[in-house]
Amino acid sequence: MTNPAFLEVTGVNKSFGPLQVLKECSFSVNKGETVVLIGPSGSGKSTLLRCINLLEPPSDGSIRFQGKEITEDLRNADKLRAQIGMVFQNFELFQHLNAVENIMLAPMKVLGYSRHDAHDLAVELLKKVHIPDRADHLPDELSGGQQQRVAIARALAMKPKLMLYDEPTSALDPEMIREVLDVMTELSADGMTSVCVTHEMGFARRAADRIIFMEQGSIIENASSDVFFGGEVSPRAQQFLNQILH
Amino acid sequence: MSLELVFQYLVSPTFIHGAIMTLLITVSSLVFGLLAGFLLALLNQVKFPPVKWLTVFYLWLFRGTPVLFQIIFIYNVLPTFGIRLSAFASGVIALSLNEGAYMAEIIRSGLQAIKSGQRTAGMALGMTRTMVLRHVVMPQAARIMLPPIGNQTIGMLKTSALVSVIAVEELLLVANQTASATFRYFEALSAAGIYYLALTTIFMAGQYWMERALEPKRSRVEKRSLLSALLQPAEDKH
Ligand SMILES: Nc1ncnc2c1ncn2[C@@H]1O[C@H](COP(=O)(O)OP(=O)(O)OP(=O)(O)O)[C@@H](O)[C@H]1O
Ligand SMILES: [Mg+2]
Repeated sequence: MTNPAFLEVTGVNKSFGPLQVLKECSFSVNKGETVVLIGPSGSGKSTLLRCINLLEPPSDGSIRFQGKEITEDLRNADKLRAQIGMVFQNFELFQHLNAVENIMLAPMKVLGYSRHDAHDLAVELLKKVHIPDRADHLPDELSGGQQQRVAIARALAMKPKLMLYDEPTSALDPEMIREVLDVMTELSADGMTSVCVTHEMGFARRAADRIIFMEQGSIIENASSDVFFGGEVSPRAQQFLNQILH
Repeated sequence: MSLELVFQYLVSPTFIHGAIMTLLITVSSLVFGLLAGFLLALLNQVKFPPVKWLTVFYLWLFRGTPVLFQIIFIYNVLPTFGIRLSAFASGVIALSLNEGAYMAEIIRSGLQAIKSGQRTAGMALGMTRTMVLRHVVMPQAARIMLPPIGNQTIGMLKTSALVSVIAVEELLLVANQTASATFRYFEALSAAGIYYLALTTIFMAGQYWMERALEPKRSRVEKRSLLSALLQPAEDKH
């Protein structure tokens, strides 16, 4: 391999006390790729995502991001996180700030934007996620789908090089899932590198380059989208797919 | 009974001075109490056990003895260790240390009320722990902490009368001395009572104003209750 991968996870283990949650996880993501991570509840998907931006430092193993080992420099974890966007199942918009203010906060405090520039950026991003008219609404004045799109805009405001999504549509009503997935699909099509935990197989089919299947802390399957949806999957992954598609 | 005398007491330099002392003791003890409480609440979260135990010991000590005891102790015992402080300073220190123990609990529960997901979201954006505390956690926790802190403030105003035992010339001592000298108990104590009520009212208004200032700005105009509409002028929306 001449070109090192954009994100390269090698032999990552993670334990909480006696509980080993991640076992020798290895995979890589190339620039511009969208990787979908699936697996049963408790299999360690969230933990793996949180290791990538060092919200949970791995117990051991290596993570290289843009060619640089990141697990050895925990002191500068905030600088790493500033380059990696993360979107959560429960949106986690800052409850005391309205939509634009949610988007403006990190660019102002972390990147040193002026209030004026941050506001311009926020307005532009709200357009990008298709809710330009909700700028002055508080989180509890927005629907779930709108909140999640503001959360995506908030992450994008840091101009991230990688996006991590942790079940971004699991807390949403069916009619709102679509509007969030559309935004994510557009971002992927524009070349945003992303790792996404989701069980929305329609989205995986449309946007994913590769599918990773995890179980009990191990990566069991890592296949290109074509292979995966072509039916060439392990019996265990097929069984899980049948379960979530039923 | 002479209302005129009550009025004369109210505007007399000794009573005004007494009221200012009461206000000064209350406000300084509150400010230092908040600082102590904030420090204690943060130290309480430190994972290193001895630090945590130290805060537990502090809370046990200051909540387990009467404030009056603490005031007398600090005023009379510190000088034997060579620390000479004015009665005013001793009073403020005792009240602040005591208040810190209660504020710590208020601040701790306020900080804990903010779900960890809010912190995680801040960290995930590249903010440092300090930035998250300052811009994400504190503004939200402040709204939760304000009402109990308001209660503490009004409580402190009344507790401040205890420093009269170490001869700080605050409102109650002034009233009591005036009354004993003239035997005009009703007039002297009424004047002090009026000052206490006036100060309490100011604090309550201040709390109300701060609660409103901390409230996030709603985009929709909400139906306001009659009372709130009477109490506050209509705000201009941009
Ligand atoms: N901070 C923690 N402390 C202790 N155990 C944890 C912690 N975080 C996760 N775990 C445990 O690690 C395991 C994997 O959790 P994780 O959240 O990564 O799974 P998941 O695949 O995301 O599941 P779900 O689909 O339910 O979100 C679970 O058994 C969980 O209880
Ligand atoms: Mg999860």
